[in-house]
Amino acid sequence: MTSDIVVEIGGVPVLLRTADRALGKIIGERFANFVTSRPSATPFEMTLRPDLEGAPKRRTIRGKRLGAGWQFGRCDFHAEWSSETGRGVIRQEAGSGYPADAFLRIFHSLLLPSQRGFLLHSATLVRNGSAFAFCGVSGAGKTTMCRLAPPEVTLLSDEISYIRPAGDGYRAFGTPFASDLGRIGENVSAPLKALYLLAKGPQNKSEPMSRREAAASLLHNAMVFTDDAEISRLVFEAALDLVMRVPVYRLTFVPTPEVWETIT
Amino acid sequence: MSVYIARSSAIAARSLDGEMIIMSARDSTLFTLNEVATEIWKAADGVTPLDRIVRDRVCAQFEVEPDAACADAEVFCTQLAGHGILLISDRPIESKTEAAP
Repeated sequence: MTSDIVVEIGGVPVLLRTADRALGKIIGERFANFVTSRPSATPFEMTLRPDLEGAPKRRTIRGKRLGAGWQFGRCDFHAEWSSETGRGVIRQEAGSGYPADAFLRIFHSLLLPSQRGFLLHSATLVRNGSAFAFCGVSGAGKTTMCRLAPPEVTLLSDEISYIRPAGDGYRAFGTPFASDLGRIGENVSAPLKALYLLAKGPQNKSEPMSRREAAASLLHNAMVFTDDAEISRLVFEAALDLVMRVPVYRLTFVPTPEVWETIT
Repeated sequence: MSVYIARSSAIAARSLDGEMIIMSARDSTLFTLNEVATEIWKAADGVTPLDRIVRDRVCAQFEVEPDAACADAEVFCTQLAGHGILLISDRPIESKTEAAP
């Protein structure tokens, strides 16, 4: 008897299969908002095996191409999957939900660039039907912007945003990828209206950035878990496409709720 | 002695608001080229000598003194070559230089 859990992020379903029912329960709870019994497409199938023995010893979090697929890992798991079959294996420490979380982050970071999208180190929130992304390194204020948000705002993610072209613009999707202190995003999406590069300062001020500056900042904050040249090239193209269509601002802010008056 | 330059294939490049943005696919380092540098970059086909590129593409469009422009161009090309985004040689470069973006 196995547990089959389909976690769908950004319309891309991944079936996580495990014979460990306790692990299945952990995964089901961790990704609760994103678990579906009716995936929108045929899911990728990943089998979780609680055995790291025999897995490659040198595990790197950065994805490496493996034939028509990828392999990556870290101290507590090793994953391989084939793009041809849409199937793969995650060898991991028994009973831990962290490998599945790490796997999904890297999996989507490798998959999205081929759709002209990328994962961005940013918090994303929806207000009045539009998504706003707040971008910056750890400590820049992503979690603070989420904490200060008005009650009608919906959280997509406080840590990693899933951004992909849609129609004439871009769409931001909720993700279950949270910061250590954060909370899980909602499983909804919205058109991306603006992106803000965060900096704490003496007053609330929003200034448009040149597209060159914006592109450089986006590339600095894009989450690319590989040294693969083709993926780097695709993310480069995606970031430059985005700054042509979505305004990017530098937001200097004081950590009080009034900062949200500058977000329009 | 002539110097030849060719764009590396291990890069991603795009023109943005009149400037050329180039990323090294090797280490994701980002470079922005000004107008003059962009002209040289676009003409770096591996077979046209650098001094002719400077004469035909730079001196023809910008008010620069040829000898100084050539010296500056060699320094600039050497710097880009050091980052792996341009190939530089004293003979024509038989490479698969891609069309300039």
